Amino acid sequence: MSEALKSKIEVPIMSEIFAQGKKPEYLFWVGCAGAFDNRYMKVAKSFAYILNHIGADYAVLGTEESCTGDPARRAGNEMLFQMQALTNIDLFKMYEIKKVITICPHCYNVLKNEYPDLGADFEVISYLEFLYLQIKRGKLKLDKSKLQGKRVTYHDPCYLGRANNIYDIPRNLINELGVELAEMPRHKSFALCCGAGGAQMFKDAEKGTKEIFIERTEEALSVNPEIIATACPFCMTMITDGLKYKDKIDEISNLDIAELIATAMI
Amino acid sequence: MSQIVFIFFLTLTIAVFSYSAYRIYRFFNLTKPAYPVKEIGKRIKLTIENAFFQERIFRKPVAGLMHAMVFWGFCIILIGSIEMVIDGVSGQERSLAFLGFFYDMLMAAGDVFAYIIGLFIIIFMIRRCCLNIPRLHGKELTKKNHFDAYLALSLILILMITLAGINIFYVASHSDYLGKFPISSMIAPVFAGMSYETLVLIHDINWWTHILLIFLFANILPYSKHFHIFMSIPNVFFSRITPLGKLANMESVTKEVKIMLNPETAFATAEAEAVSRFGILDVEDITWKNYIDSLACTQCGRCTSVCPANITGKELSPRKVIIDIRRRMNEKGPKLIKHGKDYSDGKSLIRDYITEEEIWACTTCNACAKECPLNIDHPTFILDLRRYLVMEESAAPAQLNAIFSNIENNGAPWQYSNQDRLNWTL
Repeated sequence: MSEALKSKIEVPIMSEIFAQGKKPEYLFWVGCAGAFDNRYMKVAKSFAYILNHIGADYAVLGTEESCTGDPARRAGNEMLFQMQALTNIDLFKMYEIKKVITICPHCYNVLKNEYPDLGADFEVISYLEFLYLQIKRGKLKLDKSKLQGKRVTYHDPCYLGRANNIYDIPRNLINELGVELAEMPRHKSFALCCGAGGAQMFKDAEKGTKEIFIERTEEALSVNPEIIATACPFCMTMITDGLKYKDKIDEISNLDIAELIATAMI
Repeated sequence: MSQIVFIFFLTLTIAVFSYSAYRIYRFFNLTKPAYPVKEIGKRIKLTIENAFFQERIFRKPVAGLMHAMVFWGFCIILIGSIEMVIDGVSGQERSLAFLGFFYDMLMAAGDVFAYIIGLFIIIFMIRRCCLNIPRLHGKELTKKNHFDAYLALSLILILMITLAGINIFYVASHSDYLGKFPISSMIAPVFAGMSYETLVLIHDINWWTHILLIFLFANILPYSKHFHIFMSIPNVFFSRITPLGKLANMESVTKEVKIMLNPETAFATAEAEAVSRFGILDVEDITWKNYIDSLACTQCGRCTSVCPANITGKELSPRKVIIDIRRRMNEKGPKLIKHGKDYSDGKSLIRDYITEEEIWACTTCNACAKECPLNIDHPTFILDLRRYLVMEESAAPAQLNAIFSNIENNGAPWQYSNQDRLNWTL
């Protein structure tokens, strides 16, 4: 797998596909982190690699994609959020998009729960829900020996967990990998935030006695994992920073669930 | 004679309580709309789960179980209290005894609960004063808050002692008593040596103390954090039932944005009503939901104990921002009623009560909202404070202003060109 991800992968572009008179079943919404964050670009690539592997009928917006407006809204800038949202909704309508897959939980939440208030009419699916469905349908098969016996802990992103009650699907996916899932003391609805939500990702934290990401990383380390699985670009930045801070980055890997699946995929 | 005395105190209680309720009703009139209360079936289900089955409170199992026992006990004992009022007004004794078997069960449960609640209240007091539980000692709690807590616990304890007293001396003074009192009837024989008159006298003292304390308690509640007892069930019923991650859309902004994006329609909609203010600066901008949240809050601090910002030493405490709403309403509400909605005392909720530092420390992780046993919605309130700061004062932290311009200019919070959006495929 890792070899395949070193070279360029082909992804269908919505404008090109649409010009051929075709309408892909899914729009893969990459999100700004998937497009621009060096680490998370690899997650986007892993997920596209899975989509290609199972022959999913999808496309990406490419250069036409733009921020959902979520960080602006969470930072109180409703005006900017709505400008982004209304522009994006027009684009979705133009391409007659009916199903959207997101990898970023913040995009997932805003597209699913908040865009409908502004006239959006499409189904929004988290990549985790999509992947699990493909496994259930037998389209996606995993080789359990690839990661067998690895000790994995999963950090719940707030915007999948508490915000949208997605707790079991990521765990089901991790269990499909044949690994050993070790839960942190605070998990599922009790999970501690990584510290990046609500636009905190883009600013320094207020004065305090500790950084939130260190508190959370220490909790993850307390269960002695070999892999810390995340499912959100901001969580990934935070946990990876935490591992660097604790000088554990060489021993413990912080991987997205899509990367784990891509590794074990047959 | 005793009927007249009773009716006098009952009338006084109802009169004072009505005044308090009217005062709060007028405060509600100062608030803004939140959302329409629809899906009543869903709300009833939620209320049954969260209020009557105490679902959320069990997220902390030990304290949760004790609270649940107190709550369920109160529900049973309340029926007994209603009987006492009927007895007091009519001059009868045990006027609900005609319910037969049901009455026996009610009295038996009430009797057992009186002792359980009494015991738990003592444990709660010890826990509050002697065990070092951080959430019970937050720095935002004032002396009045702590006094309120001990006052309520003491009153409840006396209520339970007098209830036990009523039961014990009722059984001791009657050979053919009505109802069943599993614990009190075991204690009653201890007092068998007393004369009938003494037993009746002690019973009556307990009876009057109990009912008058209930009347007093009912009138202290609207001015104490224990208004919780009245407001929590309505608060659960009226709570937001959309996913925690969802923020409400600001329709007033939508109108403006549509004009901006599509200027031709500008003239047609130019009459759009002027919005008084975006977001929340002060108590006149809050919604009825923010206010009922603040009335229902009993300052348990579960929200603050799970807040990532608070855990890591930041100024933000979700409990505090909710308490601040009520404090500010108590301060400014009466003056807004008296002098009209444009009244200003030179202070505001933002800055004089809630600092910008607190407002910007929230990660919108919803841990507080998920933890609150009453479905208080802290994050959306904090978001409305941010909306004011950004849209009315452009007072966002510099780093956030930078992401606003990046999103405006290149459609991403980072400064990268849209043309590079497919670089991840390389």
